Amino acid sequence: MSYYGVIGSGNFGTAMANVMALNGKVLIYVRRQEVYDNILHKRFNRGQKMHPNVRPTLSLEEVAENCKIIVPLVPSSNFRDMMKKAAPCLTPEHILIHGTKGLGLSIPSKTEMDKAIPLRREYIQTMSDIIQQESVVIRVGCLSGPNLSKEIANNEPTATVVASRFDEVISKGKEALRGSMFRVYGSHDVLGVELAGVLKNIMALGAGMLRGLNFGENSKAMLISRGLGEMIKLGNALGADTTAFLGVAGVGDLVATCSSHLSRNHTVGYRLAKGEELQAIVTDMNQVVEGIKTVRIAKGIAMYYQLELPIVEGLYRVLYEGDSIANCMEYLMSHGFDKDVDFY
Amino acid sequence: MKVLIPSLNLYFGICFTHHINFILPMSLKHEIDEQGEYNFVIPNIKDWPIYDVNQQKTEFLQDLIARTKEKIKEMAGSPKKLHDILARTRYLEQIRIQEEPWRVDPSDDWRFWHKKVRKVLLKSATQHNYDNGLSASEEAIFDDIISRYAHEIVGSFRPKTYHLASKVLPRFLSRLLNTFSSRKFFKVKYRLKDRLKITGQIELIRELATKGTLVVVPTHFSNLDSVLVGWSLHTIGLPAFLYGAGLNLFNSRIFGYFMSRLGAYRLDRRKKNPLYMEALKMYSQIVVERGCHSLFFPGGTRSRSGSIETRLKLGLLGTIVEAQRRNFVEDIPKYGKEPTDRGNKVFIVPLVLNYHFVLEAKRLIDQHLKQSGKEKYYIDKDVFPSSKKAYEFLASMVGERSEILLSFGKPIDIFGHPVDSEGNSLDSNGNFVDIENYFVSNGKMSEDKQRDEEYTRLLGEHILKQFYQYNVVISSDLIAFIAFELLKKRNPKFDIFGLLRLPEEERVIDYNDYIETVEKIRKELNIRAKLGELQVADHLNTDIHRLVNHGLSNIGLYHTERPVRKTENGDITSDNMNLLYYYHNRLLGYELEKLI
Repeated sequence: MSYYGVIGSGNFGTAMANVMALNGKVLIYVRRQEVYDNILHKRFNRGQKMHPNVRPTLSLEEVAENCKIIVPLVPSSNFRDMMKKAAPCLTPEHILIHGTKGLGLSIPSKTEMDKAIPLRREYIQTMSDIIQQESVVIRVGCLSGPNLSKEIANNEPTATVVASRFDEVISKGKEALRGSMFRVYGSHDVLGVELAGVLKNIMALGAGMLRGLNFGENSKAMLISRGLGEMIKLGNALGADTTAFLGVAGVGDLVATCSSHLSRNHTVGYRLAKGEELQAIVTDMNQVVEGIKTVRIAKGIAMYYQLELPIVEGLYRVLYEGDSIANCMEYLMSHGFDKDVDFY
Repeated sequence: MKVLIPSLNLYFGICFTHHINFILPMSLKHEIDEQGEYNFVIPNIKDWPIYDVNQQKTEFLQDLIARTKEKIKEMAGSPKKLHDILARTRYLEQIRIQEEPWRVDPSDDWRFWHKKVRKVLLKSATQHNYDNGLSASEEAIFDDIISRYAHEIVGSFRPKTYHLASKVLPRFLSRLLNTFSSRKFFKVKYRLKDRLKITGQIELIRELATKGTLVVVPTHFSNLDSVLVGWSLHTIGLPAFLYGAGLNLFNSRIFGYFMSRLGAYRLDRRKKNPLYMEALKMYSQIVVERGCHSLFFPGGTRSRSGSIETRLKLGLLGTIVEAQRRNFVEDIPKYGKEPTDRGNKVFIVPLVLNYHFVLEAKRLIDQHLKQSGKEKYYIDKDVFPSSKKAYEFLASMVGERSEILLSFGKPIDIFGHPVDSEGNSLDSNGNFVDIENYFVSNGKMSEDKQRDEEYTRLLGEHILKQFYQYNVVISSDLIAFIAFELLKKRNPKFDIFGLLRLPEEERVIDYNDYIETVEKIRKELNIRAKLGELQVADHLNTDIHRLVNHGLSNIGLYHTERPVRKTENGDITSDNMNLLYYYHNRLLGYELEKLI
């Protein structure tokens, strides 16, 4: 029987450990003793019942030693630190398939990062870039799709994409993740799949704002379709293909995220539209809101590659330049770009 | 512990312990003579790996032929498909003979392909049932073809010729150069070394030559590259490398004589058929598998546009990955008598050549512009530069102004990890990496074509990255880049072809504007150099006017029309936009144009 490793015991980590437990034994790495005890004794974590095949561990060494296929599912802000800790235990034989949606930045000098600066590809790291920078693992993949943890935990049907340059990683990923209610597709465009998963957070912020303004489905559909176009332009500028954006990890995840009212990004957008101050919302939530940082990165990419991205631009003005949402809406409805589909 | 045989100055120092006695490898001595040449890593030519390739040529050829045939059969999948490949090869070869015969071609070429091969294939196609394999006569002709290719590719290394070349060539050059340098004979030999500057971790590379197999992969701008690379490898004391030289170069009797005896194997770019390509790749694979240091240009051909390679040909590179994998699976005996414990690892050493001018620049850029996008229909009729041109080129090296920089990159394993002087692969924290495990799947060493193709692609990326990192930006690159980009910015509506047709009066750039941009880009280059993204030549950081003058007096010295020059009013202009574009292209890939 195969042994799979999961790093991270959040909602998604717990849900995915249970999915993988259908195909083999799963060792889930947790940091806190309390979570360890819960999983080991109470067989519950984050409101989800644990599959009997899932066993917790407090040791990354134990994960690396026993599992050649490891799925890291930790927040992007902790990802590099986690990789630094795991790196000494990892060998060239390991396969890592991450499910973290976020980007890292390495800016040369100490540039002030409260405003956007032009960003080229070399300054931006996807999670698979970080895996390869921090460890000796080359066989890397990522999984992404409309995968809201709560729905996976309820065993509702959904799909995901395992993307890797290596056929071997795709087939092993499929083997590990397949389930009667969990459909797994393969793709070779790792960068496209990773970027789609990150950039959709921008649109989730926008969707939250629209709901906060009490707008209906038309405006949301406009945001999703125009937003997809902007995501594709950003992706192409960084070297990704268009196709990944049109699949389950692209448009699929985008629709799911923009429709869900539960995500942090959506909440920030919603509360902003209701008149709260950004700083107050962020302090109050006490959690990392990926979309805020992603808007700044997207703006930086647009600056460097000279892209016209009205939604990104509008959100950037609201979040970083103190512009009002009303002005942002006016800008979006009156800007000069009038071509429907201008990406291929 | 493996016991080493001590020999000459490579290994010495005998240690005794309680139970075993063993001989410790002492570090290799690195001595530079007054000529600037390192002592040989392996003093005796007969101990060099390349010597054995020639000594065991018959056995080598047999192995090459057998394995090439096996590979092609596997590739074809069925006897019928193999027949189709043979028929297609015959067709392509006949076209080659009709359309592009060369003096170096064998005299029976036409008879062989048109009479012998055609007859057998025709007969088999009409009378043979392919269910149980090829007919005996077709099998024999298959063998004949591969054998013919194998014999054509394999060169022969002759120590005597090597000695002759390494002794005679510098003297010949000195004599030649002497005539250009005020007849000060004794200064010349030093000047040659001054003009050809080799940089990089030379001693590490020398150590690695005794720990595994080196594969040197240079950028490719000129036909003279192989001479210069050969010279630089000799200068740093490495044993001769096997390298591929275009068959067209063998059309010249003298070059042909030297090259084939100095370890060159023959590459015929006219032959694009799968049988030939497989024979060539198998040749490269076997020599690396058996530990013979090799050299090939991973870009495949000279850069036509003048830019650093943006893409590599992965075919030959793939043979290196396969050779490394096989070396982990099997204990393949190594060529070369010394040292006896040479491991089974392959080390890749990128090398970047920097010229102030390329002899063939005009022809190359014309080809680039003509073919843009139609490479596969392009027939290379290029020849080696005439001896007059070569003479001028060499002469220029003693001129006070010109220099050629050979910048060795960081040696890496095939997965891009840096290596220490013992040949250990290191991760980013300096820990050892057991790269063998990259070929392990489900706990076992495995063969996975797609995986290894991906490893090859990644290796290509590592090499390309180093090409850009170890490129030394010189004054002529910079002045051409800025002149062209300023003209481009001034004419935003023109595409490349429009810009190249810019009338003379519109090519003039105000000197002050020009200097301002040079300063701006130089600043950026220095920042990038600190980040390790490129290197800058020492002469770049001088007074800005001197820098521009340095570039102006060096760029394209021997072109009749100057790519960049000063007008009578002291402004900047170009006599030949194509050449300007060519030299400008060298700095592409850093996205510096966005700053202009």
